[in-house]
Amino acid sequence: MAAPMLRWGCRGRRWAFARVDGGSCHRRGAPTGSTSNQIRGESSVAQQPLHTAQKTRKGEHKWAAVVGLEIHAQISSNSKLFSGSQVRFSAPPNSLVSFFDASLPGTLPAGYQITQQRLPIAVNGSLIYGVCAGKKQSQVIPKTVRIKQIQLEQDSGKSLHDNLRSQTLIDLNRAGVGLLEVVLEPDMSCGEEAATAVRELQLILQALGTSQANMAEGQLRVDANISVHHPGEPLGVRTEVKNLNSIRFLAKAIDYEIQRQINELENGGEILNETRSFHHKLGCTMSMRDKEGKQDYRFMPEPNLPPLVLYDATSLPAGADPQQVINIDQIRETLPELPSVTREKLVQQYGMLLEHSFTLLNEVGLLEFFQNVIKETRAEPKKVTSWVLNTFLGYLKQQNLAVSESPVTPSALAELLDLLDSRTISSSAAKQVFEELWKREGKTPGQIVSEKQLELMQDQGALEQLCHSVMEAHPQVVMDVKNRNPRAINKLIGLVRKATQSRADPVMIKEILEKKLSL
Amino acid sequence: MLGRSLREVSAALKQGQITPTELCQKCLSLIKKTKFLNAYITVSEEVALKQAEESEKRYKNGQSLGDLDGIPIAVKDNFSTSGIETTCASNMLKGYIPPYNATVVQKLLDQGALLMGKTNLDEFAMGSGSTDGVFGPVKNPWSYSKQYREKRKQNPHSENEDSDWLITGGSSGGSAAAVSAFTCYAALGSDTGGSTRNPAAHCGLVGFKPSYGLVSRHGLIPLVNSMDVPGILTRCVDDAAIVLGALAGPDPRDSTTVHEPINKPFMLPSLADVSKLCIGIPKEYLVPELSSEVQSLWSKAADLFESEGAKVIEVSLPHTSYSIVCYHVLCTSEVASNMARFDGLQYGHRCDIDVSTEAMYAATRREGFNDVVRGRILSGNFFLLKENYENYFVKAQKVRRLIANDFVNAFNSGVDVLLTPTTLSEAVPYLEFIKEDNRTRSAQDDIFTQAVNMAVSIPVALSNQGLPIGLQFIGRAFCDQQLLTVAKWFEKQVQFPVIQLQELMDDCSAVLENEKLASVSLKQ
Repeated sequence: MAAPMLRWGCRGRRWAFARVDGGSCHRRGAPTGSTSNQIRGESSVAQQPLHTAQKTRKGEHKWAAVVGLEIHAQISSNSKLFSGSQVRFSAPPNSLVSFFDASLPGTLPAGYQITQQRLPIAVNGSLIYGVCAGKKQSQVIPKTVRIKQIQLEQDSGKSLHDNLRSQTLIDLNRAGVGLLEVVLEPDMSCGEEAATAVRELQLILQALGTSQANMAEGQLRVDANISVHHPGEPLGVRTEVKNLNSIRFLAKAIDYEIQRQINELENGGEILNETRSFHHKLGCTMSMRDKEGKQDYRFMPEPNLPPLVLYDATSLPAGADPQQVINIDQIRETLPELPSVTREKLVQQYGMLLEHSFTLLNEVGLLEFFQNVIKETRAEPKKVTSWVLNTFLGYLKQQNLAVSESPVTPSALAELLDLLDSRTISSSAAKQVFEELWKREGKTPGQIVSEKQLELMQDQGALEQLCHSVMEAHPQVVMDVKNRNPRAINKLIGLVRKATQSRADPVMIKEILEKKLSL
Repeated sequence: MLGRSLREVSAALKQGQITPTELCQKCLSLIKKTKFLNAYITVSEEVALKQAEESEKRYKNGQSLGDLDGIPIAVKDNFSTSGIETTCASNMLKGYIPPYNATVVQKLLDQGALLMGKTNLDEFAMGSGSTDGVFGPVKNPWSYSKQYREKRKQNPHSENEDSDWLITGGSSGGSAAAVSAFTCYAALGSDTGGSTRNPAAHCGLVGFKPSYGLVSRHGLIPLVNSMDVPGILTRCVDDAAIVLGALAGPDPRDSTTVHEPINKPFMLPSLADVSKLCIGIPKEYLVPELSSEVQSLWSKAADLFESEGAKVIEVSLPHTSYSIVCYHVLCTSEVASNMARFDGLQYGHRCDIDVSTEAMYAATRREGFNDVVRGRILSGNFFLLKENYENYFVKAQKVRRLIANDFVNAFNSGVDVLLTPTTLSEAVPYLEFIKEDNRTRSAQDDIFTQAVNMAVSIPVALSNQGLPIGLQFIGRAFCDQQLLTVAKWFEKQVQFPVIQLQELMDDCSAVLENEKLASVSLKQ
């Protein structure tokens, strides 16, 4: 696949972070629980790289960017890869460390990181993800990135450097946890594509239960390889941006780095093959200035580990103990539903647009919220979709809240939609109720409706009386309608609604007015 | 009592002729008397006495745990012992007290054995003399034997006796000296390229390297993961079989242990007849450096088999000459990787430098390791560099396969057991030994042992100088019992003399009570 031009592929793309419309297919940052504050606080610096990107349009040359990714996902298992120690996030430092994890002398195999260097667990795969396009970003374009390989390896311990006291503190809780390394070929061309691909992978890993893949907790870490070149010419020198720990930073860092490379080259500079880090506060990448230069890890085969043989139904030796062998076909049969299938089902079952299904899955917890509302309400699925993706998600975004932090429960929204569906309230009243619900005052939609007297006026006679009074009070408008401007009736409808404090159904008002005006 | 074999003293314990505590105390007292041998780094007196007390209770209650209950043993100081300092004779691990027992240590303790202490070695088992450890060299008990001293007196060139002591060989020299000087009945060594068999040959003991995968390496601080095997040092073949019986078996903590069931207890039949045996003599092992005495004993041993009806044939192991260099590349490469864990962070030595973590690592390792260890780490890292990997490491792996295939081919051609020398010559004096560097010495001393998987060295006879000479029997992997059975027959034929240390331990006359008269049957 040819890499799309940078300025076409990414023109006008902005970080969808603060967006409140429901049409966005992506989402950066994964605000879940209390750990996401850092991510939410950063929305204002997002756009900088793209401003500089505009400048290059004046230049003669077009640039294409090439982005490849190395993704490390912590395997969500009960125990570490080669030891019985528990795997748990945020446990007290060094509380989940066996003799083996501390690589005590004589424990085998320990003291170095073990990876599948030459025989990865899988090779030559692909990942399909959807990038939003179109004027309103409302169209999903499927893209494919090749997966070079997936390999198992061990996570390392964590070290915290205290420069002031010249101390390094070590936490080995993470040491030896199984990691899944996914190497994505350089088939992506901008931060957004990379971010979307990673989000899709994250969803897949979560659906499979392979990894919790929470970037804020370090369960998913991404290194990006980035280079730029003129289309048709050989690829440029690449840099590696390491340790990107949120999807939003990933996109930002990549776009910044692409632009930096373009600027560098256009100003006659050169790109060094180096490792860089992303400074999230400054929004830029910086050389890590590795003292050792190029790393040579001096790999050697691990003599302490016998080969792990993967079988499929055809290669499985006869009479093999199922407890002792791994049969890929058997595992395949028990795989849970993947996100692409879930989305397809949503489209079919509820008649929603594909991009809506993307949004439902991309927001952590949103799909579950949606399904719970659907379960409890009589309202049409389309109505539910619209309310969940527009109103509900809009409020969340506005306040930077995660679905789990929402003040409105699925049951409350379901009840609200029922009131709307039964025409007990108007949709504008419904919005009002929703706003009340958001205040967390512990009232049900029914209570709010009766307290605020938001029920639609069902009394035909009273409404007719009101219409009559309004017509009498505004003879000029009535004349307008009768003479040459039938649309002036809307003004009358508006006046009647106002008189009912928006509690009357506009359709009903219109019917009465039309009758009275003999239209 | 101390001079007896493990099997004999075990019988004595069972019959109540001696109690575990008495036996333990005798050994402890001998350990003190022979302290100058430097065989032990740590003597675990309290632990041993407590274990003896418990063993005694079991015997009193008729609940003996078996042949090893109450038997004093020693363990090379590169096996982790819970609560007992484990140093690998290195500054790096001075003061390191493991929180767990190596599987083999645990198994011995579970059988009721008494742990007398941790024995000396070359730092991290890198050496062939037991001279390169931070606690100083081990002295060969035979230096003080009546047999050797009498020969020395006849030699007019003999210098100052005190400075003329002999090396034990290594790297399990402490274990060999401990068993040889009667301070215990069996000892664990480790054997990668000969570290158990070599000192066994120099100290007149049986030194056994079991098949790789038969005995767990968990807790053995590794030298070369793909070759390390816990070794066994005893005074006779039957004793080695008893210890092997206690140690062998799969271990979930060592994935290279095999799951094939083994016969337990590991009893060796007494071979009445060797006429169905085929003994192979590898022609490549007849090297110019081989001393004429060893060569002559080797050929006499072959003659002995032949005269007793065995088929003795010459075989070829064509890749033998590559084994030393191949071993060097593979050993140092694995060492480079294995030693990475010693960074001063979690355990062991840590330097005072706190400029940066990297500086701390570097200084810690500089201070912690001796020249030999550092040299091997550097070589190994060189061989593993991307640009060298194919030419050195991969090539050496291929050569290793060829060498291993040589043995497989020999066994597939109908040979049951190979008979070779264990070492080029008998033990040399320390002052002589240190004239060459560690690497040169290892290459010479382990010439017959490095390439070998499963083998046992059996003491055969005394040299003209009155020093032990051993021969090596090499067996097919996992045919340990067969190999030891042949070795046992051979042992019976040669009647190797007991070391006479009465001058050394004049008040330990018990040593002599079981003395076999020196009937060196192979020497006319």
